[in-house]
Amino acid sequence: MLEKNHTIKSAREALKRRDFSVEELFNHYHQRIVEKNKDLNAYLTVFENCLPTGDLPKGEKLKTENSKSPLWGIPVAIKDNMLIEGTRTTAGSKILENYISAYDATVIKKLRSAGAVFLGKTNLDEFAMGSSTENSAYGPTKNPLDTSRIPGGSSGGSAAAVAGDLAVFALGSDTGGSIRQPASMCGIVGLKPTYGRVSRHGLIAMASSFDQIGPLTKTVEDSAIVLNVLCGHDIFDSTTVNNAVPDFTAALNDSIKGLTIGVPKEFFGTGLSPEVEERIKTTITKLKDLGCKIKEISLPNFEYALAAYYVAVPSEISANLARFDGVRYGYSAKDGENLIDTYFKSRTEGLGAEPKRRIMLGAYALSSGYYDAYYLKAQKVRALIKKDFDEAFKDVDVIVGPTAPNTAFKIGEKASDPLALYLEDVYTVPVNLAGLPAISIPCGLGTESKMPVGFQIIAKPFDEATLLRVAHQLEQALK
Amino acid sequence: MLSDTEVEYIAKLARITINDAEKEKLKKDLSAILDYIEKLNKADTSSVEPLYQTTGLVNATRIDEPRGEFPMNDKLEGLLIGQAPARKERFVKVKSILNKK
Repeated sequence: MLEKNHTIKSAREALKRRDFSVEELFNHYHQRIVEKNKDLNAYLTVFENCLPTGDLPKGEKLKTENSKSPLWGIPVAIKDNMLIEGTRTTAGSKILENYISAYDATVIKKLRSAGAVFLGKTNLDEFAMGSSTENSAYGPTKNPLDTSRIPGGSSGGSAAAVAGDLAVFALGSDTGGSIRQPASMCGIVGLKPTYGRVSRHGLIAMASSFDQIGPLTKTVEDSAIVLNVLCGHDIFDSTTVNNAVPDFTAALNDSIKGLTIGVPKEFFGTGLSPEVEERIKTTITKLKDLGCKIKEISLPNFEYALAAYYVAVPSEISANLARFDGVRYGYSAKDGENLIDTYFKSRTEGLGAEPKRRIMLGAYALSSGYYDAYYLKAQKVRALIKKDFDEAFKDVDVIVGPTAPNTAFKIGEKASDPLALYLEDVYTVPVNLAGLPAISIPCGLGTESKMPVGFQIIAKPFDEATLLRVAHQLEQALK
Repeated sequence: MLSDTEVEYIAKLARITINDAEKEKLKKDLSAILDYIEKLNKADTSSVEPLYQTTGLVNATRIDEPRGEFPMNDKLEGLLIGQAPARKERFVKVKSILNKK
């Protein structure tokens, strides 16, 4: 009954049939975590009870398994940069080792109201800075498909938890690919919604004009189910928009015949591994088989996207992480002589190498005399990237390509060269610069590495419905 | 390549202390990243307005009245103020800014 690898949909159906109870389902996953987490290090905190911080939605009891909510009783893993009231949130950093969340993030409130139950908090690169989960202060997460390899990052713990069936689904956050890239590395589905779709209230900020929360799931349908619950305007996040929210599951089964699929020629340049290129091209022919028109397009400023990203994001990081100063919460050096000495010592002792590197890079880009050359220039290039996409979307419905240039590499392989690791984000960051929705779905294994390849689909702003429909139809065709 | 002085200056701006080994590593890493970023200069942005965010939302304002979503109680106060390393009653205690003579 509690057979391996439940999707949200299959678990809901089983709960409705009373094949097992919510508690039994939770205990099954909890037990799997207890057994497997020492090998994977996917979870940093594991909750013992079905509802760690109490409150059930009003008027409902957990035993009521016929609730109409599609997430009722579904066990979920949460990336450890989102707050769950009364529990620890580390953001993968030593500086927050003992930090207790003072409130629920908006996405947590929404999941709670929908009846989802929290299994625990998942590992991540420190403050979500990285593409391999090797930058966590709590040790790297392993890829469940091959534990000598990285699970991707920064939502590597969430991706490993879903791929290893240590959760039915998970939440991650995506600033430059941190949902899509680990989903790609672990062979699951990762969705980054349009910037402004989902509230970030209660998400520990990295780069606020980029960060977006989204689901990591086993199927595209599950992704649509979770997005339905997550999105909407929030008075606590003034960047959320008041757009109408459609039912993202409604049109999944509609045909995609006649849609025009854009394939940017710039996505197939140097740096793309042959095994990924082969899988992506084969998958594009599948779309053709489904009746789509394939059109080669150009994103002329694609080559500048990563450089613009690595100016704009560190700049925002240097401002956002200024709050970690050892005064109000988090690690505080005991021996500071005065206030500024406490700042220096707490940050020096509490932060890891990658946050320090990015804070410094951002401080430099924003410093007097360099602002125009770096920060302002990057924001102008950002406008060019957005314009490239706007132009392309005049002729095409969605844009497709690889999620990452390589499949999951060995743990330690790129650890000493930050720039080499940054290049892994080359296909995902343009999407964040332009604020677009995008999804990564598995499209088979690379012929050499025998590891999953992720196929990225990018849509117009707030057109997640088309994005998910194309992804769902393609997923079915790839089965 | 960034100089020692430049790296020390940036670290100071970032409120981070670095030792000699870290300085050498950061010099190398930051210089490599900055060299990569140089390619931005090839992009023609002469007639482009900078794009700081993508939603187009401007000035999300609200009426200046308390909304009461976070009513202060002992529990919330404990979680907010209680996590400060030094406290006095309901206040966060901060170290002195100037050294005593």
